[in-house]
Amino acid sequence: MKSKTIAPLAIALALSAGLPNASWADTLKIADVIELSGAGATVGANWRDALKLAFEEINAAGGILGQQVEVTDYDTQTDPTTSRAMVQKAIDDGAYVIMGPIYSGSVKVNMMVAQQNGIPQLTGAEAPFITDMGNPYIFRTSFGAQQSMPKLVKYLAEDLKVKSVAVAWVNDDFGKGGRDSFVGELERRNIAVNADVSSEVGQADFAADVIKLKSSNADAVFAYLHEEESARFLKEMRKQGVTQPIFGETTLMNQKVVDLAGDAVNGVRGHVGLSANAPIPGIQEFAKKFEAKYNYKPDHNAIKAYMGAYVVKYVMTKNGTADPQAFADTLHGLTITPADEPGILMETSWDDKGEVNRDSFLVEVKDGQQTVVSTLPKL
Amino acid sequence: MPDLPFLGTFSMNTFFQLFVSGLATGSIYALAAIGFTLLWQASQTINFAQGEFIMLPAFFVLAGTQFLGLSFPVAMAIALVLSVLLLGLGFKRVIIDPLLPHGVLPIVIATIALGILAKESVKQFYTAEAQPFPALFSDRTLNILGAAISVQDIAVLLIALGAVALLQLFLNGTKIGRCMQATAQNPQVAEILGVPVRRMILFTFLINAALAFLASVLISPIYLAKFSNGETLGLIAFIAAIVGGFNQIRGALAGGLLIGVVDNLAAAYISASYRSAVPLILLIIIILVRPQGLLGKAEGRTV
Repeated sequence: MKSKTIAPLAIALALSAGLPNASWADTLKIADVIELSGAGATVGANWRDALKLAFEEINAAGGILGQQVEVTDYDTQTDPTTSRAMVQKAIDDGAYVIMGPIYSGSVKVNMMVAQQNGIPQLTGAEAPFITDMGNPYIFRTSFGAQQSMPKLVKYLAEDLKVKSVAVAWVNDDFGKGGRDSFVGELERRNIAVNADVSSEVGQADFAADVIKLKSSNADAVFAYLHEEESARFLKEMRKQGVTQPIFGETTLMNQKVVDLAGDAVNGVRGHVGLSANAPIPGIQEFAKKFEAKYNYKPDHNAIKAYMGAYVVKYVMTKNGTADPQAFADTLHGLTITPADEPGILMETSWDDKGEVNRDSFLVEVKDGQQTVVSTLPKL
Repeated sequence: MPDLPFLGTFSMNTFFQLFVSGLATGSIYALAAIGFTLLWQASQTINFAQGEFIMLPAFFVLAGTQFLGLSFPVAMAIALVLSVLLLGLGFKRVIIDPLLPHGVLPIVIATIALGILAKESVKQFYTAEAQPFPALFSDRTLNILGAAISVQDIAVLLIALGAVALLQLFLNGTKIGRCMQATAQNPQVAEILGVPVRRMILFTFLINAALAFLASVLISPIYLAKFSNGETLGLIAFIAAIVGGFNQIRGALAGGLLIGVVDNLAAAYISASYRSAVPLILLIIIILVRPQGLLGKAEGRTV
């Protein structure tokens, strides 16, 4: 008698426990938790637009596992606390995968939420600590600074014989992480740090910073700032007539910085993990599609998001299920080549911490165009 | 070790460059601060949307060039007219006139609301991203006493100071200017003497809007045009006005220049991380030591 009443209840419980992951709904929910306002609006817009483009393509080609993908945007307002709430909201709404955000300070606090819920998160963040926190659900879509800085410092030391550097960095998790990797590399190679100037997120006035860098008489200036601040910084460098060569990592040569800073960005050199001008057919084709649709040139964040969308498609298709745990298990140690999935654009590997490894590029901005000087192989 | 004070390597050259670029930024703060004192003097209005009044004209210009395809000078001219009409006439008629009889506090709240509305409207209907704004001057540098001084800084400084000088000349040297001063000092007596008080107050609002336009086109090439630009500008201009003396134009000018220079020197010689605290510290010191401001008059106005 008793067992008869309990049996249907047990079945119902078992069913409801599997509810969030069951694929009976006709759409597959992906959450885009991203900077759509605040200081990060520029990078967030690139990410969102590319993600939209990729999933429209995927949906037009039949979706994933026969289901249409539904992408919902959640605005973090470039605020860590808000981003945490948005990740929670996205998971409550039934997302299988979280895409974003880009700001390392936000990812630092919201990745725990995704981890606790066992939901994979593909982030655009580049601060080294992201993949060092033992979170089995976090995956990068581009290099951490600890991988890109050695490549850049090697170039400064060996090709340009630089003996001293003045460093400008933004005082947040992204900037501190990058600055520490960069300065650590300099010390390893006995290159002097003549000035070490920090600035705030959203800082408008760079006059004092630039005068400090200029009067340090270093062989080269290295700047590690977000896009808008990079543009203001470069304009001020130009205004103050700084003659030292300027180097950066990814953001400084970003298309958005080129658009905002105009002439002031010409001559800036540096290392980029991804570039819309890379001599890679897939990336160039993506850049064309993106520009045709949105009327502006995509930056590296757009490429990250586009690739990320196809990572989702590839992994879920490979698994034959949208299950989040299977997703995380499969992506660790996986290498995806453009032959497997054209949307991945470049051969990319993930290690067991979610760190990315792929070719990267040395670029110089000439006449407002990011020009690839050379391609650096996978580490 | 970030932000070590490099007093050890202090050079007169560096100091001079910091000083001049501080004066340039300070002169833009001064334009906004003067707007505060003008409105206060004329109608006891504290305009907490002053920062947004400086943010908006740049977007009027950009809207003209991007959406209407106007040339830059034409867009500038239209933006000036639009600023004076909307931020001067419109602001007075729609917000200040109905609220003035109810005292200062409702105006403070209303202008805070107006500031938020302006900011969010630009964010919603234009863009949340920073926009490049064409520079008015070349980005060359001049060699003065061995220091490379930016032409743009000098031009900004000269234009801002020129505008203030013109304003002083207008207020002291013309009949309308003297009527405006009479209105500011004692509207009742001025009215008895036949001064068209209401029109004089309106002129003050128009001048404030024009100064905001000027500040906007001077600052936006450097800071980029962004919806949130007004937040810090408005606050710093307000502090500059208090530090200099809320009831004196020359006080607001001195306050603006002082904060520009002190901010720059503090960022370079003390700590960039605490630079935004420096104007506030200055404000506290002034309030404790000299509440009427550096150049302000102690009794202010009697009502």
